[in-house]
Amino acid sequence: MKRIGWAIALAFAAMTPAAAAAPQVPGAVERPAEIAGSASSLGEQIANTSAEPTASAFPAVAPTPGIGAPDGRLGLQDQFTELGQRAAGFHNGPLLLMCLLISLFVLVLLAYTMFKFRRGANPTPSRNSHNTLLEVVWTLVPVLILVAIAIPSIRLLAAQYSPPPADLTIKVIGHQWYWSYQYPDNGGIEIVSNMLKEQGDVKPGERYRTDADGPPLLAADERLVIPAGKVVKFLITSEDVIHSFAIPAFWTKMDANPGRINQDWVKVDRPGVYFGQCSELCGARHGYMPIAVEVMPEALFNAWLASKGGTPKGAKTAVPATQGAVRPAPSTPSPAGGNASIEQPALTQPVTAQN
Amino acid sequence: MSTIPADVSALKAHEAHDAHHDADHKPGFFARWFMSTNHKDIGTLYLIFAIVAGIIGGAISGIMRAELAEPGIQILTQGWPLGAGPGNFDAALHHWNTLITAHGLIMVFFMVMPAMIGGFGNWFVPLMIGAPDMAFPRMNNISFWLLVPAFLLLLGSAFVSGGTGLGAGTGWTVYAPLSTFGSQGPAVDMAIFSLHLAGASSILGAINFITTIFNMRAPGMTLHKMPLFVWSILVTVFLLLLALPVLAGAITMLLTDRNFGTSFFDAAGGGDPVLYQHLFWFFGHPEVYIMILPAFGMVSQVIATFSRKPVFGYLGMAYAMVAIGVVGFVVWAHHMFTIGMDVNTKMYFTAATMIIAVPTGVKIFSWIATMWGGSISFETPMLFAIGFIFLFTVGGVTGVVLANGGVDNYMHDTYYVVAHFHYVLSLGAVFGIFAGFYYWFGKMWGKMYNEFLGKLHFFVLFVGVNLIFFPQHFLGLDGMPRRIPDYTPAFAYWNQISSIGYVVMAVSMVIFFVNIFWSLGWGKKAEDNYWGEGATTLEWTLSSPPPFHQFETLPKVD
Repeated sequence: MKRIGWAIALAFAAMTPAAAAAPQVPGAVERPAEIAGSASSLGEQIANTSAEPTASAFPAVAPTPGIGAPDGRLGLQDQFTELGQRAAGFHNGPLLLMCLLISLFVLVLLAYTMFKFRRGANPTPSRNSHNTLLEVVWTLVPVLILVAIAIPSIRLLAAQYSPPPADLTIKVIGHQWYWSYQYPDNGGIEIVSNMLKEQGDVKPGERYRTDADGPPLLAADERLVIPAGKVVKFLITSEDVIHSFAIPAFWTKMDANPGRINQDWVKVDRPGVYFGQCSELCGARHGYMPIAVEVMPEALFNAWLASKGGTPKGAKTAVPATQGAVRPAPSTPSPAGGNASIEQPALTQPVTAQN
Repeated sequence: MSTIPADVSALKAHEAHDAHHDADHKPGFFARWFMSTNHKDIGTLYLIFAIVAGIIGGAISGIMRAELAEPGIQILTQGWPLGAGPGNFDAALHHWNTLITAHGLIMVFFMVMPAMIGGFGNWFVPLMIGAPDMAFPRMNNISFWLLVPAFLLLLGSAFVSGGTGLGAGTGWTVYAPLSTFGSQGPAVDMAIFSLHLAGASSILGAINFITTIFNMRAPGMTLHKMPLFVWSILVTVFLLLLALPVLAGAITMLLTDRNFGTSFFDAAGGGDPVLYQHLFWFFGHPEVYIMILPAFGMVSQVIATFSRKPVFGYLGMAYAMVAIGVVGFVVWAHHMFTIGMDVNTKMYFTAATMIIAVPTGVKIFSWIATMWGGSISFETPMLFAIGFIFLFTVGGVTGVVLANGGVDNYMHDTYYVVAHFHYVLSLGAVFGIFAGFYYWFGKMWGKMYNEFLGKLHFFVLFVGVNLIFFPQHFLGLDGMPRRIPDYTPAFAYWNQISSIGYVVMAVSMVIFFVNIFWSLGWGKKAEDNYWGEGATTLEWTLSSPPPFHQFETLPKVD
């Protein structure tokens, strides 16, 4: 069902704006259509950029409710990577079943024992304290259950650690307390991503969060943008303390360790917006460094790259690093309090210009 | 040493003579409570200490649940101790980190461990093995009194700078480099010293217990006849002895990284922040078994007593604890599945972690089999023990979920993990502590607790803790990270339920304390063996409370 939804969304996004007007496929979720609509209008806007080129040529694509962000449900977020779907299936199927069955089995057994052998019903206790067969059974049966869990679990791990060749590499750097994303394949542009504050928390004239940006505490001023349907490799590190780069909807969580580079990868087919949060305690504003990812169809992605001064991968015209680097951090440094004491680590090293 | 072939008949007359002199001669107040060499008095001191620490740690979680009751920052901008005042927002957020750090450290090192090992261990290991006291009574005293300055150092750290605000805001795991260059100021140093002292206290206690259990068992009490509570303490103290020095080394390295220019955990100097995590969890995972094994032991005693049956599969139960202890040392990296580890390492730690479920399952089923065929009565300790079995099972199955490295990617550092470890600790270990407390209340103080208040405490607590922690599974599955003071509105509903659960839990604790005070003052006098035929261990052969010095003539065990 959802797969169909993305396929539609993807198709619409790739098509002309006119196509977005009629997403009347029976059974198709409304949400992808919405995405497709916004993506298409985005396309329109890009087409118009020659007429009116502005810095905000890419207005935030609004996230779809219930997708890519928490919505108060009782289970896992919907998954948008193949491995995420596989892992979620493993959790929602065998693992959850195991949890429920074992808990219920113990509960029923306890209740039955409590009732049947209560003192009123059974005044004389038995002296039975051994039963070799029983003990062997309740050792071996859990072993078998665990083996049955371990086999798919180990296979899942193997799959997670077998990335296909990367179409694009992005360097993710954690800072206290924001993320920056470098695109070494795309002319070395760098995106600095700060949490967007609420309207009441900003000075007049400063940008604040709108619903189009995303939910409170999850929306970021600059999103990590990746192309749809491409294998994106993340090189994850940190400039100060340990952070963790986590996007629940992609089943991705990888620590950003200072002095080490970790690798992770995703391939997301559905264009849209997805949110995560730093998932390793990193100091005062640990709760205020969200990860906002926008997945764009490739054509849009290339246009977005161009708007940031980047180039498509493999393009010959390399942009000088200084020109390509987008550096809005100092203007919007503190997400909620407006405290000047936040240390903005100086990015002294030059951004790599080419691949 | 314990098997001194004493000429019992020759001693009998002597004992009869000074039963009212030596055996019950108590020193004056100061000498008795501040220079104690009596295992029961030291056990009492530990229990009082644990209760005080538990009140502080529980109050801290109350502040946390109040802050999390709704989105936004409401409490942390209030005055200390609720928050850091309205002036400095970063200091308010740092206050949150100080709270979570203090809650974790206090509950682990100053509540659960002192209650179980120092309190019940000191009180009942010598009684159960038929020994007059611990092997090293003075060392016993210093292990308690090291804990007091340790606790004061930790509490004191809340008043000095920890970088962004007051107090150590590193989490109880004290990960580098947040705990090194990420936290300027003396707070983290004080917290580290606190852990050093608490660790030294536990190591001394561990040596004492090992010596006592190996050498001071009454004649005839072989290892395979020891009560399961003694077994659980024996395994626990071996874990302490082997795990704590690693923690001590790791936090000493933190200290030198912080103050003396070393770079064990600083990549810029050739060190590695991940090394700290390996060292910490090499200690930290055995530590979680240190917190649960004595509860296993107490639950075994309680289930057997109230079922009026011997424990089913005694040897299996004892060696299941040994197995849990051994395997517990080789699974530590499942706490670090997201650090970026090699796939083979991750596969190994996934498989090894799952193995722990087998001996744990043996214990669960053996407890139920102990009840099977029994003549069960449901006094308060039994209610807590049965509650323990079920809630520990729930915490156990979510542990199996988290053991899967490929699945843990999602749950790691979310509220799912918080729910899991509170089910095994807050609902497991703490239920075990309450089971033991009610079980031995009359034995320790000579007065019976109030059964109605005890049962009321159980049922209100049961509802409360489940309200607190079950919704946290949902929050975790929906993606809510741990250790955040504020959250996006989608998480509001279950957080509010969880905070309501805290209030219910707090009410149950009021009932508990009313019960203690009422019972100590007006409780009816406890008989020697108030649980009747099911209670078969040696402490029930003594008076309630036992004489100041017991077993001057060693009992003989068949």
